[in-house]
Amino acid sequence: MKLLFERSVPGCGCTILPACDVPLVELDAAKREQALHLPEVSENEISRHYTELAKETHGVNDGSYPLGSCTMKYNPKINEVAAALPGFTKIHPLQPDHTAQGCLEVLQTAEKLLCEITGMDRMTFQPAAGAHGEFTGLLLIKAYHDHRGDTKRTKIIVPDSAHGTNPASAVMAGYQVINIPSRADGCVDLEVLRAAVGEDTAGLMLTNPNTVGLFDKNILEITRIIHEAGGLNYYDGANLNAVMGLVRPGDMGFDVIHLNLHKTFSTPHGGGGPGSGPVGCKAFLQDYLPETGAQSIGRVKAFHGNFLVVVKALNYILMLGREGILQASQNAVLNANYLRKKLSGVYDMAYDETCMHEFVMSLEQEKHEESVSALDVAKALLDYGIHPPTMYFPLIVHEALMVEPTETESKENLDELIRAFLEIHEKAKTDPEYIRSAPHTTTIKRLDEVAAARNPKLRYEF
Amino acid sequence: MNFPKELKYSKSHEWVKEEADGTALIGLTDYAQNELGDLVFVNLPQEGDSLAAGEAFADVESVKAVSDVFSPVSGVVAEVNEELADAPELMNKDPYGAWLIRAGEITGTEELLDAEAYEAFAKEQE
Repeated sequence: MKLLFERSVPGCGCTILPACDVPLVELDAAKREQALHLPEVSENEISRHYTELAKETHGVNDGSYPLGSCTMKYNPKINEVAAALPGFTKIHPLQPDHTAQGCLEVLQTAEKLLCEITGMDRMTFQPAAGAHGEFTGLLLIKAYHDHRGDTKRTKIIVPDSAHGTNPASAVMAGYQVINIPSRADGCVDLEVLRAAVGEDTAGLMLTNPNTVGLFDKNILEITRIIHEAGGLNYYDGANLNAVMGLVRPGDMGFDVIHLNLHKTFSTPHGGGGPGSGPVGCKAFLQDYLPETGAQSIGRVKAFHGNFLVVVKALNYILMLGREGILQASQNAVLNANYLRKKLSGVYDMAYDETCMHEFVMSLEQEKHEESVSALDVAKALLDYGIHPPTMYFPLIVHEALMVEPTETESKENLDELIRAFLEIHEKAKTDPEYIRSAPHTTTIKRLDEVAAARNPKLRYEF
Repeated sequence: MNFPKELKYSKSHEWVKEEADGTALIGLTDYAQNELGDLVFVNLPQEGDSLAAGEAFADVESVKAVSDVFSPVSGVVAEVNEELADAPELMNKDPYGAWLIRAGEITGTEELLDAEAYEAFAKEQE
């Protein structure tokens, strides 16, 4: 397809401006040195350009999207209706508070309900997404230790199964990362953890259920070990979709959490979202939150973050209610286990036991025997109109495919997904080259990802 | 898979080539490059940085993932292979030629494995 710049024709445009009725002034000091290079296209051409782009992408609206650890659930359209109400859109963040009571009520209600779901006491909506939330949460932990004069706590403990953002956020917040190896089942090794903690421990970052989709049953012992060493516990909300209404991070011993409204609470995720990564904390940390007073860590984003995303998430929570929130998680777990059970025996499960909302398969055997890798299976799924699962993550499983169907796929869709996986596995034995060269039916075929990464073209060359 | 006899190895899949002048070249093993897949980027330390055995001194990025490279010995970075910055694929094509750094003032080589022991260890990992 043509890029927007390639559609550009000099003189084309969408608007006809009236003649200039003020004197023309040249601003010499502020004059651009380079041409602006805006594409010159009619509205019709712009519309066609974006429609063409949309046809070549795959979203939740196109088909299944079992991208592990991303919770690509359906985004109810009623959320968009609520967020488009003029009371929410025709408002300015600097207008007086007494004229914005409805919006403030949304924030307060969302805070109350999300705190109830997670077992936290306070929450900020400033962070723009998950990793931003992690950074903010770690600054709260840092502020807590600093205000106590406990400045020797320089280390954050992160298991090797953690999301890559965890150690990255810890480093951004000025901490040294202690990476501890997980047990064979992906859970925290208590002995290793006990040996790792000490007077320099600032905290622990953990997801539960963990990255391989298993609930760490030792969680109370884990958080106790950290607390007894004087550290705080940080909960990465990436996997909250498995446990909403069943168990709360606050009751598991966590002091700070972040949520991904664009995962767990059904707001759009792909294409820039935008995301929203609220951070919740226990009452003893509330004075450090961004919007508070003298002890605050300061702003991490303007105003109240991505406010309209909060409107959508609140709409989702109110629509589901107490029972619906619980059911969503139960069905997410049920769907994952249905899929896992139907595929085990053909695909090698990295952990063949009852999982939570997602599970991990290993294609290591297929890679050795048929030279068909996790990447090849992922590409072959595109021919079925299915988005591939997460590949090569977590790093502790070789040739990993991480599958998270979410609760919003029907049994019929899951059966379709199972059929695709099984057919691909069969084809890998009889005609491995066909799988190695997939996809065959998409407009864009197999891309040279290595060349793209080694020689990236990041902008249009004029 | 290739395991040259004259090199020493770490369990985190780096090779060490001790040179006559007391320095040592350090690179990624054939096994490591094969597991990582096509490498697209390498982040190297600076000359003069100190090295601690078992701690990360560089990271490499493949299409699959970003991975730390751990120092097999303690010492200091005496030289960095700048050529890799523009041609990370050399680590795939010629893993035992594409050294990442030259280390000086090295200690801790007695902990390293010989080719035979490393080959057995690598086989175990598969």
